[in-house]
Amino acid sequence: MTAVDFEQGGGMACPGCALAPTIVTRANGQAVAGSTEEVILALPGVHCAACISTVERGLMALGGIADARVNLTMKRARIRHDGSRTVEDLIAALDALGYEALPLDMVALSSTENDRIGRELLMRLGVSFFAMMNIMLLSVAVWSGAADATRDLFHLISGAIALPTVIFAGQPFFLSAWASLRAGRLGMDVPISLAIILASSISVYETFHSGHHAYFDAAVMLTFFLLGGRYLDHRTRAVARSAAQELAALEVPRAMLLRDGVEEMVSVSSLTAGDLVIIRPGGRVPVDGVVTEGASEVDRSLLTGESLPVVTGPGQTVSAGEVNLTGRLTLRVTAAGRDTSLARMADLVAIAEEARNKYTSLADRAARAYSPLVHLLSFSAFGVWMWITGGDVRFAINISAAVLIITCPCALGLAVPAVVTAASGKLFRAGLLIKSGTALERLALVDTVVFDKTGTLTMGRPEVMNLPDISPDAQFVAATLAAISSHPLAQAIADAVQDRADVQDIHEVPGFGVEGMWQGQQVRLGRAGWVGAEPGEVTATWLRIGANAPVPFTFADRLRPGAQTLVAGLIAQGMDVHLVSGDVPGAVGDLASRLGIAQWQAEVLPAEKAAFVTDLVGSGRHVLMVGDGLNDTGALAAASVSVSPASALDAARVASDIVLMGQDIAPVSDALRIARQSVKRIRENFAISFGYNIVAVPLALVGLATPLLAALAMSISSITVTLNALRLK
Amino acid sequence: MEVLAILIPVSLGLGALGLLAFTWSMKASQYDDPTGDAARILRDDYDKAPAPSADEGGGPNP
Repeated sequence: MTAVDFEQGGGMACPGCALAPTIVTRANGQAVAGSTEEVILALPGVHCAACISTVERGLMALGGIADARVNLTMKRARIRHDGSRTVEDLIAALDALGYEALPLDMVALSSTENDRIGRELLMRLGVSFFAMMNIMLLSVAVWSGAADATRDLFHLISGAIALPTVIFAGQPFFLSAWASLRAGRLGMDVPISLAIILASSISVYETFHSGHHAYFDAAVMLTFFLLGGRYLDHRTRAVARSAAQELAALEVPRAMLLRDGVEEMVSVSSLTAGDLVIIRPGGRVPVDGVVTEGASEVDRSLLTGESLPVVTGPGQTVSAGEVNLTGRLTLRVTAAGRDTSLARMADLVAIAEEARNKYTSLADRAARAYSPLVHLLSFSAFGVWMWITGGDVRFAINISAAVLIITCPCALGLAVPAVVTAASGKLFRAGLLIKSGTALERLALVDTVVFDKTGTLTMGRPEVMNLPDISPDAQFVAATLAAISSHPLAQAIADAVQDRADVQDIHEVPGFGVEGMWQGQQVRLGRAGWVGAEPGEVTATWLRIGANAPVPFTFADRLRPGAQTLVAGLIAQGMDVHLVSGDVPGAVGDLASRLGIAQWQAEVLPAEKAAFVTDLVGSGRHVLMVGDGLNDTGALAAASVSVSPASALDAARVASDIVLMGQDIAPVSDALRIARQSVKRIRENFAISFGYNIVAVPLALVGLATPLLAALAMSISSITVTLNALRLK
Repeated sequence: MEVLAILIPVSLGLGALGLLAFTWSMKASQYDDPTGDAARILRDDYDKAPAPSADEGGGPNP
């Protein structure tokens, strides 16, 4: 455990703190009988004791909940219930408490496997720690002058502790060294394993021949420090990776099949071309198809980036991933499953990701340069001393083992994981999940940022812009009409205006709008053509009262919180900021000028988006892509590093390196800052560990290295490196 | 120096005891939520009485 675990996100306002309850009642009598279902929710907002109480008590108060437990480290809640609650109920309840919640996919939950590896590492770490402490106790006696029989006895006891420990705890290194040797590479684990094995075996030999120096303490200490680095590395990646992957898929797994006039819920995978499928208003289209019946509007924002719904009717095609808004639709399936446009879009990602994998991390590059050097140094020390001493094998092996132990990348093994752990801990608390181990390093190089519009810089939700220009009566009538529709523009009006007018006979005309009677006049709210107005440039919906001239309500997409700060910050940092969207020029240009982005493109197709990013990368730029839609996945995968919000489609999240858990997008600029700082720390850490080597290696080479010196060099450099990592702000 | 015959087994025994405690804590899921456990002791829910269910007992958390 590192110190970062115990730091609290100081000064953060949390909903739980505000309503920290003083009276304590726990719903403890609710024994829930029968079968229980388990749900795991990600809660990016929890961070304190009051949060735990609020969430757990709030959930227990719902009824039907057998158990609710918050894990503050993972920012999750595990809920067991009797099946009477849907995940949506739980999310709504948490939302009412002020906590954003995201469902995690139980099926994809690979954390059991991760946990097993983590536990094994931790167990090995613990065993090597206790062995190290006990051996050190005996070693101190030897260092301070125990001689003859006493020394031999102490060496013997040390060996009895060290050998089983090394065999048990050193396994991860031995296995990985063996694997890399078989693949014909010299990984970092080869010199590590060699040092551990050589140190142990010459110590056994020395012990039985009453030698002065035994390196049991060094062998175990090496194992301990390196396991520490390995564990930190594992934990950072496991926490982030599992949480990001487990965010449940948004794609609907089930569809309403119409067979011989009977509706039936079936799994999407069982659908074939030619089937008739019914899509209710508000439902996501599961397949590609042609509308046979019904009129409605569909929201294509996730697929194309268009922020406004598109009217659809018989004969029109719709694609999987679109959302049906106003009317009931019957579709004839043209493609399902792997053949849908949704699945084809995901294939773009596979191509682009190959390019991404070419990045080599700093640690790998260091290891590649370091491992051969270490071996060379140790072997030449052996050769030179064989020659000098005229064939004293015992002495020469002792020297070369000392060289291996001293150069062994103890601090090097901690240099990267310690920094990455500290950094991802910081980012995790800011609401960012780092999925890839090298994401921080790639992030630090970024000089160009490409944003998607709908759903990324904006919430994908419109808001009314010209409310003050509209008479109160018109506002109330419009809000009353709008309240019955699930069309996003109507919802925006209903949300913006609280008062209602007395409108009779309200009904929705799918694809056109809503109409009703108010004070004896017909009132209509909807498309320009339907109410008798000329459609304009700006996104608008029109209200006509009786025979009066229609009144426009104009809209703009609501900005995501933090978007303004983020873009301004990036420009101030000298970044090249681009806005690339699939939406119409009017909407994109408007947003670009609101945010001060000079370079923007509209009506960009998904493949063009990916090509644009690929070109930027090809011209030597380090591109950060921020996007959420399926139309962004190609670009996300093609960029040097990519960020997507948690609300993004599954494919987009999979393609990106960093997932933004909260609504606020501003932490992305923190991520850039922290990434640059971490890379600086990593380089400093390399410098520190090389510095120790430069001092200690000559001593080892001339045969002056004692076990005491090895122990000192190893522990001091490891501790310095860890402390340096914790300086991260 | 005879005292070593007692002291060494004692020190090794203490070490083994520590290792045993560590093994127990691993098996009992003590490291699943360090931040949460640190925060939980600040709650006043159980100041008067212990938790009624196994919910706070640190049972295995697969």
